Amino acid sequence: MTAAIVLAAVQTSRATIPDVITFAVAAAVILVGALGVVTSANPVHSALSLVLTLFGVAVLFIEQDAQFLAVVQVIVYAGAIVVLFLFVIMYLGVDRRENIEAEPLRGQRPLAFVLVAIALVGILAMLAAAHWVTGAHAVAGSTTAGGKSNVYLLGKAVFTTYLFAFEATAALLVVAIVGAVMLARRPTNELEDEELESAAGDDESGSGADAGGLPRHGDSDGVDDVPSDAAANAPAHGEARS
Amino acid sequence: MSINGDWYLILAAALFAIGAVGLLVRRNVLVMFMCIELMLNAANLTFVTFSRMLGDIGGQAVVFFVLVVAAAEVVIGLGIVVTIFRRRVSTTADDLHVLKG
Amino acid sequence: MVHAAFLMPLFPLVGFAVLLTLGRRIGDPWAGWIGTAAIGGAFVAACVTFAGLVGEPASTREFTQTFFTWIPVGGLQVKAALYIDPLSMTMCLFITGVSMLIHLYSIGYMKGDRDYSKFFVYLNLFVFSMLVLVLANNLLVTFVGWEGVGVCSYWLISYWFQSESNASAGKKAFIYNRIGDVGFLLAMFLIFSKAGSLDYSVIFAHKDLIGGGVATAAVLLLFLGACGKSAQIPLFNWLPDAMAGPTPVSALIHAATMVTAGVYLLCRVSPILQLSPDADWVIAIVGVSTAFVAMTIATSQQDIKKVLAFSTVSQIGYMILAVGCGAYTAAIFLMVCHAFYKGLLFLGAGSVIHGTEDEQDLKRLGALRKVLPWTFGTFIFGWLAISGIPPFSGFWSKGDVLDNVFAKSPVLWAIGLVTALGTAYYMTRLFYLTFYGKARWREPAPDRPAHHTPHESPWVMRIPLIVLAVLASVAGFIDLPVGGLDFFNTWLDPVFAGSLYNDHEHSLTVWALSVTDAAVAVLGLFIAWRIWRVRADRPEFEPRFLQRVWYWDDAYDAIFGRPGEALARFSATVIEGRIIDGAVNGVGSLVRVTSTKARRFQTGYVRNYALAIALGLALIIAFMVSRVWWS
Repeated sequence: MTAAIVLAAVQTSRATIPDVITFAVAAAVILVGALGVVTSANPVHSALSLVLTLFGVAVLFIEQDAQFLAVVQVIVYAGAIVVLFLFVIMYLGVDRRENIEAEPLRGQRPLAFVLVAIALVGILAMLAAAHWVTGAHAVAGSTTAGGKSNVYLLGKAVFTTYLFAFEATAALLVVAIVGAVMLARRPTNELEDEELESAAGDDESGSGADAGGLPRHGDSDGVDDVPSDAAANAPAHGEARS
Repeated sequence: MSINGDWYLILAAALFAIGAVGLLVRRNVLVMFMCIELMLNAANLTFVTFSRMLGDIGGQAVVFFVLVVAAAEVVIGLGIVVTIFRRRVSTTADDLHVLKG
Repeated sequence: MVHAAFLMPLFPLVGFAVLLTLGRRIGDPWAGWIGTAAIGGAFVAACVTFAGLVGEPASTREFTQTFFTWIPVGGLQVKAALYIDPLSMTMCLFITGVSMLIHLYSIGYMKGDRDYSKFFVYLNLFVFSMLVLVLANNLLVTFVGWEGVGVCSYWLISYWFQSESNASAGKKAFIYNRIGDVGFLLAMFLIFSKAGSLDYSVIFAHKDLIGGGVATAAVLLLFLGACGKSAQIPLFNWLPDAMAGPTPVSALIHAATMVTAGVYLLCRVSPILQLSPDADWVIAIVGVSTAFVAMTIATSQQDIKKVLAFSTVSQIGYMILAVGCGAYTAAIFLMVCHAFYKGLLFLGAGSVIHGTEDEQDLKRLGALRKVLPWTFGTFIFGWLAISGIPPFSGFWSKGDVLDNVFAKSPVLWAIGLVTALGTAYYMTRLFYLTFYGKARWREPAPDRPAHHTPHESPWVMRIPLIVLAVLASVAGFIDLPVGGLDFFNTWLDPVFAGSLYNDHEHSLTVWALSVTDAAVAVLGLFIAWRIWRVRADRPEFEPRFLQRVWYWDDAYDAIFGRPGEALARFSATVIEGRIIDGAVNGVGSLVRVTSTKARRFQTGYVRNYALAIALGLALIIAFMVSRVWWS
């Protein structure tokens, strides 16, 4: 059966056997990784499965002559983003197992499957009806013009045709950094006063910044006060009030 | 030369579907984020495939930018997650239901 | 001289404005003197205008004084204008004259009342409205005056509104008037649709445009309005109740002026009345029936003012009868004389009431002739006049009416004659029970103590009585049925020229009829004197049926009152409460119910919202696929 598919794949294109095998393996890796992300109870396992998927995708990028992107994918996505995920997982101490079987929201699971299935089938049906790809060729510059390397071509496109988008994303990154700093900032004066006040009667006054792994005063009620204290004195206040 | 681009598109669609289902079904906020990343990767794969099939470098440029934006998004998103769930025991999305009508 | 006409309505209007703003501060008695002076000024203006009109030759005795165009709307052009001709001049003279006397009387009668100036405010406004009604040159301005007198009557009847029954009497009067007004309005629409204008002169010039059926309808509708205002069958029940108002009000409005407005209206549109002989028969029959029925009721009433009220209804029935027979001059003649003697009778009754401190029950009066000499003396003239004893005014005026009725229909004449007999009877009964017999006011009754000795009225009340007594006696001589001495007939000739029955009968018939009238009057007097001289309590002559006004009020209550109340209750509870409020509240509860159901979508869970996004995605893709497959 597999042989038949492989032969069909070879015959429908000018691909060689190694291409087919590469594709098949990478596809398998991707799907396994994706399923791992979705079905792992432990978030760390999910993160590692995500890395698997990203590597598979990178392989497929190389397979399609997008070498630069493949490398960037590995470095940025697998190397930075997933690492960031893992940092946060560890910081928040949520590496405990989540109860996968239970679903508190009624009808969420069946509906999710059904709707996504409809969307998937619909997308594929449309693609098939439109002969898989429509659109003009080589609008923004060819991928294989003049034997130049992929990096050269991509760089040329980014720095000329898509220059504005490039600058905008640069600004976006700056904004993201500033935002991240603001989010992570801890309040300065108020917190110190609060700490001094509550120091006498509260041993854990300064422990607000600790990871949430320590058991608290059962403070797991509504989110009312937290979002408004985004960058502010939530922990100490919480302490003082409780 | 690789195999027909159609297969890549099917694969990307499947990856996207898996990511969508994961987003809807999982309760852990970080896992939901990872499912979002899956969906973005599916989109990237699709773009690169079209880039190859149409012979257009524009697809790869878009992937370039999607990558950057995804990174920025993750940074901020995780920052928010950290801020919300800093003092909490668990990070389920179901804990945030104050806007219940 | 004639141009002084505008002063006639102007003086009372100014008086009204002055008293309205400053009256309360001016107070008792100066507010009364100001009100009287205003009407006095109007009377002087009326005399001046009259002199001016007399100066004109007989054929051109008419004058229109236009102020401005009130309603200029396409085909409907209505001017605010006065029309002076012999008819309106006659009306103005006796209206202003009698009003002036009654204002004078009221200064004394209303002395000490809490809202003294308010009385004169309303009275002045009433005189203004009445003059507008009489002087208008078109139907619409007449209607304005018509409504004005109606509302003033309402205010004045319920003057002492703190008592529920007084307020209800006012409402009753207004509602009955309103029913008549519908007729007036519909008649106006009909006439306008045919003649193209509401001005009297234009209507009369084009009266042939108003065909037979329409003319009958218009006349009957106008007559309905007149029935409402002049208290004829079927709309007369409000007048006895209107006696709840102060006696000067009863004298002025419900005897001399407002109730004659209906008769005036019919006389004014007499050319139209002539277009429909059928309607004229209806008018005559209703008039004579009302006269008869009211006469029977008056014989059994216990309250002095109620007797006079039903007497008024009966006398106006005579006037309507005359109008129905085409004897317009006779109707106006009777109206003028009636204003004098009925006004006198009411003011005399008021004097009795004032003197005995509000005793109105005939069975509790008696032997007042020695204690109230002036009242007694003047009352005699009124009594004799209304009974039709020669040579007082009632004899000549009622005789004139009956002469003309005889020419039209002996049957109607016979009923009228019987009514005259009854009139003499009940007036003599009233006179005797009040001024003769035992002094029943000395005896205590179960619900009230004995009265003190009644006191005579002050001079300010006596003077109008005297003047009216003189007028009631001599007013008959303006129109004697002798050729050459019928001044009034000649005076009104230009107005009613071409009306039927303007001519009198052969003089021998007239003599015979006159003798019959006199004999009947004396007979009635005699019968009453004999019956009531015996004792005051004679229930066999006061049957319950007549006391209860032929159970007319009860009938109206059963036919209209109760069903009306039931309908109102039904509307309030079912239609208003359940249907309308139900619909409105239903919308509210619908919103509430749907929003309660729709609320459940707002679960607050992010994952549910993500599911909604997925649903939207699936729908869009499904839609796109359908487009792809079906195209």
